[in-house]
Amino acid sequence: MNTQTIEKPACNAARKESYLIPSVNLRETKEAWLLEAELPGVNKSGVEITVEKNELTLTGRRSNGITGFDTVYRESREADYRRVFELDPSIDAARISAKMEQGILKLTLPKSESVKPRKIEIGE
Amino acid sequence: MNLIRYEDPELSNWTPFNRLATLRDEVDRLFGLNTPRDFGLFNGWSPALDIYQDKDNVVVKVELPGMKKEEISISMHEGMLSISGERKLEEETREGESYRRERFYGKFHRTMALPAAVNAGKVTAAYKDGILTVTLPKAEEAKPKQIEVTVS
Repeated sequence: MNTQTIEKPACNAARKESYLIPSVNLRETKEAWLLEAELPGVNKSGVEITVEKNELTLTGRRSNGITGFDTVYRESREADYRRVFELDPSIDAARISAKMEQGILKLTLPKSESVKPRKIEIGE
Repeated sequence: MNLIRYEDPELSNWTPFNRLATLRDEVDRLFGLNTPRDFGLFNGWSPALDIYQDKDNVVVKVELPGMKKEEISISMHEGMLSISGERKLEEETREGESYRRERFYGKFHRTMALPAAVNAGKVTAAYKDGILTVTLPKAEEAKPKQIEVTVS
């Protein structure tokens, strides 16, 4: 049984646009996989989460920089965020939920009932 | 290769570091890697910082995703702006088995020289979508002035 969520690198190599890869934390509990991604400057409406076959794509769009001002010094990057993950077969894609808190996207990827450990009683 | 964003208050020194950061990002993308971007060699976590100005204000923006307002402190001293804080690991994130830990927890401290004299008493700050925005109104004497030339 595959228990790891595998990451698929360089998914955007063929694209013209370049994306920043957000830093993530990933944890597994009995009930779900929990993913946290850093998307500073992205608000709720800038987040796009798509699931296709067994791939989950996170995209975070933002409009950073400020208009009407001269840039004195800059370290932040203009690009949007994107990262693709391969979903573990245990994940119930229909029940994935997400919330956004101060630039952190928190995804809950629940495991389907069929893979949760359960005890089987012996019938009479 | 973590020599990026070593905190240097001399603004004139940042260009080569900036180039290195860009190079590293290119290498990361080529190999599909994600080396942590926010580690400095000397000061742990060094969040990305931008400085902007127009004729009335200096605006400083810092990328600080996932913090609480109370964990950030801002101070002004002799024309230098200091922003510091500590991001703590939340209790709820300790349960379960961790597979990836790319986010940084701990202290950061950034100090910068501002491009103009500011009115320290009127500095305001806002924290939204993980971005701290500090607005510093320029002092009257630092604003550009039109000087009328009178010809007698």
